[in-house]
Amino acid sequence: MRFDSALGLESRRGPVATTGKIIIYTLMVVVFTGPLIGLLISAFNKTLDPTSFSLWPDEFTLENFIQAKDKNVYLYLLNSFIVVGFGLLLQMLVSVFAAYSLARKKFRGMTFVLLLMLTTMMLPEEIIAIPLSLVLSDLPLLHINLIGTYAGMILPVGAWGFSILVMTEFMKEVPVELEEAARIDGAGELRIFATIIVPLCRPALGVIGVFGFTMIWDQYLLPLIVAPESDMWTLPIALRSLRSDEEVGIGVLLAASLLALLPSIIAFLAFQRQFMRGLTSGAVKG
Amino acid sequence: MTSTLAPAPRRTATPGHPPRSVRWRGPLIAWLFLAPALLLFLYFKFIPMFVGLWKSLFKVQTFLGDEWVGLQNYQTIISDSEFGAAIWHSVVLALGTTIGSIVLGLVLALLIEGPARYLWFVRTAAFLPVVTTMAAVAEVWRIMFHPADSGMLNIVIGWLGIDAQPWLASEHSSLWSIMLMSIWRGTPYDMMIFLAGLVGVDRSLYEAAAVDGASTWRRLRHITLPALRPVFWILFTLAAIRGLRVFVEVYVLTNGGPNGSSEVLMTLIYKLGFQKNELGVASAGGIVLFLATLVLTVIVQVMRRRQAS
Repeated sequence: MRFDSALGLESRRGPVATTGKIIIYTLMVVVFTGPLIGLLISAFNKTLDPTSFSLWPDEFTLENFIQAKDKNVYLYLLNSFIVVGFGLLLQMLVSVFAAYSLARKKFRGMTFVLLLMLTTMMLPEEIIAIPLSLVLSDLPLLHINLIGTYAGMILPVGAWGFSILVMTEFMKEVPVELEEAARIDGAGELRIFATIIVPLCRPALGVIGVFGFTMIWDQYLLPLIVAPESDMWTLPIALRSLRSDEEVGIGVLLAASLLALLPSIIAFLAFQRQFMRGLTSGAVKG
Repeated sequence: MTSTLAPAPRRTATPGHPPRSVRWRGPLIAWLFLAPALLLFLYFKFIPMFVGLWKSLFKVQTFLGDEWVGLQNYQTIISDSEFGAAIWHSVVLALGTTIGSIVLGLVLALLIEGPARYLWFVRTAAFLPVVTTMAAVAEVWRIMFHPADSGMLNIVIGWLGIDAQPWLASEHSSLWSIMLMSIWRGTPYDMMIFLAGLVGVDRSLYEAAAVDGASTWRRLRHITLPALRPVFWILFTLAAIRGLRVFVEVYVLTNGGPNGSSEVLMTLIYKLGFQKNELGVASAGGIVLFLATLVLTVIVQVMRRRQAS
């Protein structure tokens, strides 16, 4: 007898067992994707009573997405993409640079730096939300006000402990011999970094890329603090304002919610392997 | 280490002492590469942390200037019944979500463990709630929670013969409804971590147990669950860090209502800070939340050590 799993379900093949399995797995898929599929269908649905949303399309329409334009939904979407685009670029650059130092250099104070990184991961951003708003309105020493700017939403997500640590673990695996050979050939620090280390870490870039994307896309409290005026809103925080509308019902809200959900779902499906790897290697997402 | 052999006199600031410059260059480069990260952390994590600690001792006034009040803000929090209720709601929500997600996640992981291709599909589909944007998902659930008979969830429980529920609209069920959604979103994550843990269980132990005629339940109880112990602790620690700080779910679904029945610490802090402009008290609330998180993390770690020894 062979066991591929704890319960040994796969070796049970009778009609009862098969039916049971089909029921369980269908139920799982329905429960966890049901609300999302419901959203997908309802967003394209014509008649929407404001109380419920339907799992059955009555009449296909793009009306909700057209009306969304009048409600500035596409402006919010653009804001979201600006923040996630620049934020992710900055976050990945910062992570790769920091990881290079932590993985491949030895210097006094390294343990301390690692400890700092772990502290930032233990410290949920929600806790510092109020003082962060004070700091953002008047950066110490620089005296710049970042409230109401894209930079205010981008810079705070620029350094993320999770990305740095995942990248560091990966960079440690790159053989020292490659680096030393390049050094003997007279390559400088930046060249070694850019032409040897970073290209070899491409799989890890996928991991921190997809995690960083979902993390920044899902930001809520930060844009809420930084963007008091609606022209700077990102899509997630704008959803609230689309809720109750006398003329359009919940159609626009559903269309906007769908637009807010799709990018991270697409990112996940496209980078699934990297996502699972990051999940099990770090097991830390905060 | 560094290229001492290469003739590069221009790089060294003091040509007379090459060894010294070499000794300094390594660490200097290391710190330069670290600088962006450290600067961003300093500005957006550590300075806010200390500003929060500092402001929590003041009555913060925008134009009149801050007034030192010592520990009075903390006293306000401790004696305020709203804060007490919010802390209680946060703890209930955190514990309920954590336990619910871990138990369900474990059961589901056991059910869909295996190498079959269709199981991979089930896993991927079930994992979708984890990656979705919280605010959008919460809007969807808010619509599904509609209290009338035509509400989505009421239709579903109607099929099971259960009467329509008020969900978010009632003081008695608002917190539990939020918990339901959080478990829906948390379970697949825990399930994936358990699945990763299950891969590491020694298969020969299962076979040995089968030879000895052990039942499935005993196999589970004596082989699988002990092997998963580290995974339990990881999930508990994570939940301790994340659980108390819940904000978006509550803010979108109920904003603390009805009548404060689902107010959690973060929604209360947010209201104090940004709507009532009580920045001092709100900062103190943040510090309390931080301390609570810290204590919870330490407790979990101590329990873990004790059980390991």
